[in-house]
Amino acid sequence: MAVTGAVMLLYLLVHMLGNLKIFYGRESFDEYAHWLRSIGVPALHGAWFLWLMRAVLTVAVVLHATSAYQLSRRDLKARPQKYSHRQRLEASYAVNTMRYGGIIIALFIIYHLLDFTALTLNRNGVEGAAYDNVVSSFSVWWVTLFYIIAMLALGLHIHHGFWSAARTLGVHSAAREKNLKIGATVLAVLIAAGFMVVPIAVLAGLVD
Amino acid sequence: MNLTLRIWRQRGPEDRGAMVTYELADVSPDMSFLEMLDVLNERLILEGEDPVAFDHDCREGICGMCGMVINGQAHGPRDRTTTCQLHMREFADGDVIDVEPWRAAAFPVMRDLVVDRSGFDRIIGSGGYISVVTGSAPEAHSTPVPKPIADAAFDNATCIGCGACVAACPNGSAMLFTSAKVTHLNLLPQGAPERESRVRDMVAQMDEEGFGGCTNTGECTVACPKGIPLTSIGNLNREYLRALTKR
Repeated sequence: MAVTGAVMLLYLLVHMLGNLKIFYGRESFDEYAHWLRSIGVPALHGAWFLWLMRAVLTVAVVLHATSAYQLSRRDLKARPQKYSHRQRLEASYAVNTMRYGGIIIALFIIYHLLDFTALTLNRNGVEGAAYDNVVSSFSVWWVTLFYIIAMLALGLHIHHGFWSAARTLGVHSAAREKNLKIGATVLAVLIAAGFMVVPIAVLAGLVD
Repeated sequence: MNLTLRIWRQRGPEDRGAMVTYELADVSPDMSFLEMLDVLNERLILEGEDPVAFDHDCREGICGMCGMVINGQAHGPRDRTTTCQLHMREFADGDVIDVEPWRAAAFPVMRDLVVDRSGFDRIIGSGGYISVVTGSAPEAHSTPVPKPIADAAFDNATCIGCGACVAACPNGSAMLFTSAKVTHLNLLPQGAPERESRVRDMVAQMDEEGFGGCTNTGECTVACPKGIPLTSIGNLNREYLRALTKR
């Protein structure tokens, strides 16, 4: 969970920063989208880098989901009977929503790929016209709402996931406890807010 | 104090079990929780009923025998306190108190509030020891241990193996217990010869016993009567990764 999570987290950070190019205007954003399809040329042919990255990400998502499923199965089996007096849980909201949040994020990723990669659900749906595709989707209020909900779930997921991963990988210690917690919060807010600012800007008419 | 107790009654491992309500009058606030149960049991015996079975030994908070989930909290409402050191003054007159055994697949209920914690013994048996020549005690200064290391080892050595961590964990995981033992012994020079095999074997045994996996919820450390820190789990993972790469 920790290693695959770290791979995806790294990707998300780059993805989020790349999205912000939309504020430099249509030309700049479309050029960036085109560049993504030609990274490494001429050493690599065409969109090879893109496909390589997609392969790594797919493996990461599949392994992450598989281990989440196995861990959940094991944990539910280890605690078959609940207490009749409800436990007062000390853990934060983020901890208790890891499973549901993960499912929301997975459903969102499917929708997101159909919207902006396969373009089947995109209202504009012109390949290469990334800027217009983004604007056409986020002009619809419920698409933006779903996007924002998914990003909030993502932020919570990262908030617990980051420092949980740090502990799994043994990076965590008493001296680093505080820094890791701050790091988790900063990363979660940065990534969630960085993604959310685009649809909000579209709805507000700042990007059109 | 007059109390309403709802206690888990279960005749044996195969019995289904249920919560049974008892009214208990004139409870002194100075009684410990176990003394309050003693009073209830005396009455039950006089009435010809089976007394409530529960584990206990030293009643000084250091043996790790007692433990029950009181109102959804392992060892009850008071922080860093075992059930035997919990006093009735923590409760108010007229309170309804739910008393249940540790719940975990790896801790099957034997009777009432008594669970089988021999899984912990087998985890200890698989690596929670050091190999030393027995006989007269060695000279204390022959193996110097830096003060911070000694302190950290001691903090983890305070684990009494009561099982509250497993009871509180929503996953029934024994990570805090195992990490306390591994951290305690792996920090010290006396534990160095078995450093790698210890963590490998204890984790393998922990998995075999049917304890759940750790998702770092942190419930364990809150419930722990000895305050074993969550950082011990980070240390267990570090030791485990180290052992995997150092075969």
